[in-house]
Amino acid sequence: MTVYVFDGTMNGLLTAVFDSFALHDYPELLASEGDVIPLFCEHLYHVATDEEKAHRVWSGLEKRLPREAMKLISVSWLSELPELNQSLFQYICKVFRQGDISRNFADSDILVVTDIAKKVLREQLRMKQFIRFQKAKDGTYLGVVSPDHNVLPLITGHFRDRFNDQPWLIYDAKRHYGYYYDGRQVIRIMFEDEAGAPFSLSDGKLDADVLSSDDQLFQNLWRTYFKSICIKERMNPRKQLNDMPRRYWKYMTEKQ
Amino acid sequence: MEKLRILAESAKYDVSCSSSGTVRSGKKGMVGSTVGGIGICHSFADDGRCISLLKVMLTNYCMYDCAYCINRRSNDIKRATLSVSEIEEITMEFYRRNYIEGLFLSSGIVRNPDYTMERLTAIARDLRNVHRFNGYIHLKSIPGASQELLNEAGRYADRMSVNIEIPKEESLKLLAPEKDHQSVFQPMRLIQQGVLENKEDRRKYRHVPRFVPAGQSTQMIVGATKETDKDILTMSSMLYGQSTMRRVYYSGYVSVNTYDPRLPLLKQPPLVRENRLYQADWLMRFYHFKVEEIVDDLHTNLDLELDPKLAWALRHPEAFPIDINTADYEQLLRVPGLGTKSAWLIVNSRRFNRLTSYDLKKMGVVMKKAKYFITCYELASTYSTPIVGINELRPERLRPLLISKAQQKRAAEEKQLKIDFEE
Repeated sequence: MTVYVFDGTMNGLLTAVFDSFALHDYPELLASEGDVIPLFCEHLYHVATDEEKAHRVWSGLEKRLPREAMKLISVSWLSELPELNQSLFQYICKVFRQGDISRNFADSDILVVTDIAKKVLREQLRMKQFIRFQKAKDGTYLGVVSPDHNVLPLITGHFRDRFNDQPWLIYDAKRHYGYYYDGRQVIRIMFEDEAGAPFSLSDGKLDADVLSSDDQLFQNLWRTYFKSICIKERMNPRKQLNDMPRRYWKYMTEKQ
Repeated sequence: MEKLRILAESAKYDVSCSSSGTVRSGKKGMVGSTVGGIGICHSFADDGRCISLLKVMLTNYCMYDCAYCINRRSNDIKRATLSVSEIEEITMEFYRRNYIEGLFLSSGIVRNPDYTMERLTAIARDLRNVHRFNGYIHLKSIPGASQELLNEAGRYADRMSVNIEIPKEESLKLLAPEKDHQSVFQPMRLIQQGVLENKEDRRKYRHVPRFVPAGQSTQMIVGATKETDKDILTMSSMLYGQSTMRRVYYSGYVSVNTYDPRLPLLKQPPLVRENRLYQADWLMRFYHFKVEEIVDDLHTNLDLELDPKLAWALRHPEAFPIDINTADYEQLLRVPGLGTKSAWLIVNSRRFNRLTSYDLKKMGVVMKKAKYFITCYELASTYSTPIVGINELRPERLRPLLISKAQQKRAAEEKQLKIDFEE
């Protein structure tokens, strides 16, 4: 059994594809560093990530696949799921052998990659739905989230387009980074000292001394509205949980 | 805050919620955008309904006395009015915090229709011009308002709606003596006309502002009067015939005014029936079904135990089985259990290889119902179980297999609680 080990980056995976074709060698398993290597492994090959090779594979893919399939591949990568590696690797290899098979959903590798991409897209929609901003004294709007997948890069465009006249900061408490929009451009930021940030990571609340004076009022108004819009005769908590799973509640004003 | 509570409670029986239908990206110096597609729901209330727009009434004082409405003149409820600036401020602040997609503004009718419509229009105008709001606005058009006002409102709103409420005029007259169908269809026609003229103008001149770009919607109450599902669905089918009608909503009647003898006493709203109506509505809009296929004179009401597509399939065993590998998209849509997504997956994948039932399961096609109505490419493999189809079983024996106990119970409960009020 042949096993390839790569460094866990997208470029590493693309290099693995390149090497596999260059060596006429088809690995049964693509493991990332730190994974447990199976017992019956006769041949172990460490992929040395090479940007040049990766770039060639990527542009080769672009020639063979329609744009929408390329987008799904990039999106699926943001899922950070370990089970994606193997399927994506085989998907890409198959494209070079068989051409555009991106819509053959009876193929399990393609199905896995597409399904993971759909999961990521669902998560980014949920972020667009459930991010709640609080206004700080200096007029910045802050929203804290901890999405299942690394979806912040997918949503900054939406928020930039929508709130182009207000500075905002969306912070991913799980991955410890965020995007800040200053009124002109979106910048990726990290806190050197995360504990010193003026908000709590566990429930996303801004500290009282930086919260703008009328924010509490509008938060309360929103909670009132949320309660009164519900029709008591039609209670349906199951549907509510389906559409708005509990893991999002901790940062949501109306559920705090 | 108290005012917002009262007015949200008054507005909540309006079911329309969608924020879809317009794509308008952000503009320099304006706040907001609309996304089109399926829209964004920002929250889900405890009753499971989505909250996408700030749904509120300008006032719940009303000079009309419609029996089904919580805000009728003779009801003893708390009344309140929000000022124009209050509504504008709440909308903007909510929007900036990403609570909502926009505003859904309705109102009770005070003084006269024109006066009320004028105030609704003023809010939309201010939001657009003063607050530079570029998000979604849904305005209720007040029956009986003048054409000039509707024309102005249409320039600021994304969607406008007039509720039909009751599909038959004589029932409407019974419950809402001040209203008639004329007063509902008149504004509908005016909006339709406005949109069409606007389209014509935009073809000629590039900078004509858009008029009600997301079209119209309307709503019908289910279970407050003795209309059959056939009446309701025929009405919606007719409405969808107009090019600007995007959605017809059905609202299971919630007994709000229990003292009125003209209304049935329901212990719980007819949720199953409402659900079946929506299913039928979807069949008409996305599955190329005609209304006469769903309901006819023999079947004036939808089957509460079966979804309408399954009911249709059981009435038409001659149309099956359908071969997954050769049938065209329209035929696939007719198979119970196959939706637009599954049909799309099948049509795409079968170009590469013939599909077996194992492939279908893997793709996520729900086979529970579909397996009786299809044939696929099966060799004697471990995965394939011999398929017994509708023609072998006959519809009358298949039916009990497809109804779950829970469904039966829900349907029975709903029927039982209904107290007959005819005669």
